[in-house]
Amino acid sequence: MKISLESFDKAFENRLRLQIMSVLAANDYYDFNALKELLNATDGNLASHLKALEKEEYITVNKSFIGRKPNTQYAASAKGILAFKKHLEALENLIKQQKR
Amino acid sequence: MQEEDIYSELSSIRNLMERSSKFISLSGLSGIMAGIYALIGAIAGYKIVYNQHGGLQYRSSYISQPEVLWQLAFIAALVLVFSLVTGIWLTIRQARKKGEKFWNPVSRRLLVNMTIPLTTGGLFILILLIRGDYGIIASACLIFYGLALIAASHYTLSDVKWLGFCEIALGLMAALFPGYGIVFWTIGFSILHILYGSIMHFKYNQ
Repeated sequence: MKISLESFDKAFENRLRLQIMSVLAANDYYDFNALKELLNATDGNLASHLKALEKEEYITVNKSFIGRKPNTQYAASAKGILAFKKHLEALENLIKQQKR
Repeated sequence: MQEEDIYSELSSIRNLMERSSKFISLSGLSGIMAGIYALIGAIAGYKIVYNQHGGLQYRSSYISQPEVLWQLAFIAALVLVFSLVTGIWLTIRQARKKGEKFWNPVSRRLLVNMTIPLTTGGLFILILLIRGDYGIIASACLIFYGLALIAASHYTLSDVKWLGFCEIALGLMAALFPGYGIVFWTIGFSILHILYGSIMHFKYNQ
């Protein structure tokens, strides 16, 4: 059975973006390298999807330096958490509807 | 999207949220080993302190002999070092097996959160030693260790929290019966560790 994707957040259509949001929803903050290792993503791919989420204002970015190394930390914004929850609810509702 | 896809999507999200916020490579075996070291240490310490006097009774005079104090400190340090080395080694091994990094943001947070109550407790016990309040040292060890475990439990398997509660309860009881510090100390650091380690080993390693 095919399901329409209209009720879903377009920003989470990409799997990696949804994964990023899952990690940030469960943690206060996460830095770029840790995300990269955890999600097994390449630098470029991860950066572009983080940029997309940042554009939606779903995540906030905090750049700093540890010694000379740049350290970029990401955190979910209130708007992002809300969107993430709504997306999960939409997924759960779909399952419930199909059970009927 | 198919229904199974949604299920697997939801479960992979849940898995990721858990994996990113909890360090699950703690080895049950390291608990068992720490318990065994503590038991050996407790027996050795007991022999040193009570051999001349005999009997399990309250005395505050024994630490006045400096060589006894040094022997006890040496045994305690040995137990600590052996437990830490075994624990770290087994944890690295376990992390490799699960494909998890040993040093990641979660294990870092786990250590930081544990260090705060442990350092506070360590300093507090040092102050008790300096002031000669030997009666509640065993109790303070257990209570602060229990608090450290509960603080750490937010970043690892929640079973650790129950070990923490048990340690605190034992610590409070040790404060109530000051002469039997070594009994409570042995139960808390040895028997509880062996028990907890076995439960963890069979629950998660099978």
